[in-house]
Amino acid sequence: MAADDYIIRQISVFSENRPGRLAAIAHALEEECVNIFAFSIAEASGFGVVRALVDHPDRAYERLTSEGFNVAFTDVIAVRMRDEPGGLFEIANLLGEAGVNIEYSYAYSGLDGGVLILRVDRPEDAIAAIRGAGKELIASSAFA
Amino acid sequence: MYWDEKHETMRQAELEALQLRRLRETLTRVQNVEFYRDLLEREGVRAEEIRTLEDVRRLPFTKKQDLRSGYPFGFFAVPMRDVVRIHTTSGTTGKPTVVGYTRGDLDNWSGLIARNMTMVGLTADDVFQNAVNMGMFTGGLGFHYGAEKIGMTVLPAGTGNTKRQVEMIDDFGVTAIHCTPSYAMHLAEVAEEMGSDLASLKCGIFGAEAWSDATRSELQDRLGVTAYDSYGLSELYGPGVAFECPEQDGLHIWHDSYLVEIIDPVTGEPLGPGERGELVVTPLVKEAMPLLRYRTGDITMLYEDDCPCGRTMRIARFSGRVDDMLIIRGINVFPSQIEHVLMAMPEVGDQFMVYVDRGERHLDEMTIEVEIKRRFFSGELADLARLQERIVRALREALELRTHVRLVEPGSLPRFEGKSKRVIDRRGTL
Ligand SMILES: [Zn+2]
Repeated sequence: MAADDYIIRQISVFSENRPGRLAAIAHALEEECVNIFAFSIAEASGFGVVRALVDHPDRAYERLTSEGFNVAFTDVIAVRMRDEPGGLFEIANLLGEAGVNIEYSYAYSGLDGGVLILRVDRPEDAIAAIRGAGKELIASSAFA
Repeated sequence: MYWDEKHETMRQAELEALQLRRLRETLTRVQNVEFYRDLLEREGVRAEEIRTLEDVRRLPFTKKQDLRSGYPFGFFAVPMRDVVRIHTTSGTTGKPTVVGYTRGDLDNWSGLIARNMTMVGLTADDVFQNAVNMGMFTGGLGFHYGAEKIGMTVLPAGTGNTKRQVEMIDDFGVTAIHCTPSYAMHLAEVAEEMGSDLASLKCGIFGAEAWSDATRSELQDRLGVTAYDSYGLSELYGPGVAFECPEQDGLHIWHDSYLVEIIDPVTGEPLGPGERGELVVTPLVKEAMPLLRYRTGDITMLYEDDCPCGRTMRIARFSGRVDDMLIIRGINVFPSQIEHVLMAMPEVGDQFMVYVDRGERHLDEMTIEVEIKRRFFSGELADLARLQERIVRALREALELRTHVRLVEPGSLPRFEGKSKRVIDRRGTL
């Protein structure tokens, strides 16, 4: 598989820190039958960005935009992680040695183990390093 | 190009001598007005004591309310047989303010307008469409007489029937138009609907409303004109008091005809060049209705440097009314200054809200809510945080004040026509 096949489109939603915004996002996605694999919230003063990996990013984008949300796509990669102590360190260390900077990451636990989602400054290098170390990257097709 | 090169480019020393002579003449004229006779006597100021231009500060201010109290002709300094024209300015409440003109006044006034229009390159070869109200409002006849003085072909088009206005521009080869910026925007829309590109039009004179630099770019693009800001006040004749030159950077105010002061609107103390405050004007050549230190309520500042065009000192484009001013930690802040900063940032939407609170230790806190334009959202929190910091920095530079900036979701702020409702001052309610 080409490196491109591992680039996954995350949806990023601008949200004010006020009650009900996350619920509104979740409710909109539910109505569109969009399944959320993973999400995280990053906060600054007064506002935040809700990041989510979903099974139908375009549909999610359309719906949230039509509800007035400000939505953007962000490229991330997803790595299968050993579900035991040291699993995170292994991947972080691997990327560090390859000179790849992790801008942020979040994780989820699926039926077949943990998955680490990474936003990095140089995705091609990250993909090469991870594959070179024999770690399993999840293809974007797995999220559609 | 100058209409009156001598007065437009007069050297400082010569100008000041002329101003002083005319100020003293004005002091003589106001003796014919009961209000001023009483006021000067009450304040204990005698005309002979005004020996230098700085002495003008010893004179009392004249306020809009004073003029209202003189309704209708209480401020006329000449007999009615010498008054050849009357205009009025509509007040929001009560009676209008009445302004009278002698034949000499009309000549002076149209001369000032002729200076303005010549300054932006208009000549007897131009065809001028005057698309403002022609009635008691000073804007219509003021420009009419000024343009005729230059020898331009004048169309007293008035307002309304915009399709007909577009047709006239095209059929008569109109090269210059005068109207309010909002009517200009409407005219652009109608012309676009009619499929006209207003090919002959090259010069737009816009006044009677405050308008932003963003509006300037839009009007220039859509009408195919160079847009100039025109400032005037009926009490000071009408339009023609100050006008932009081709540099489009500040307005030339005609110092030989208007003695200009910028004051702190709260203390009344004079402010220097570069300091924003209220424009106070003593007209120097008005005959029918002379005024002393008239408080315009308009906010501007004197430029520190000279204009490359060679004319006398400029004032900044107007940035609001004294009535809108906020005092935050002792610093005067105008909502329009905030608007200017935000308008200059492409990432930020057109709407904003300002909240003023009394925070901890009784310090005033100002919070500004702004919308981020959709296409500028990258999806990255760090980019938003950087933008927020950049807005705070730009505001601090413009206002000399640390503010809080909140980024809010697009479309979430209320939409208003005017500026004043954008400010919610919650200090009084605590
Ligand atoms: Zn100039």
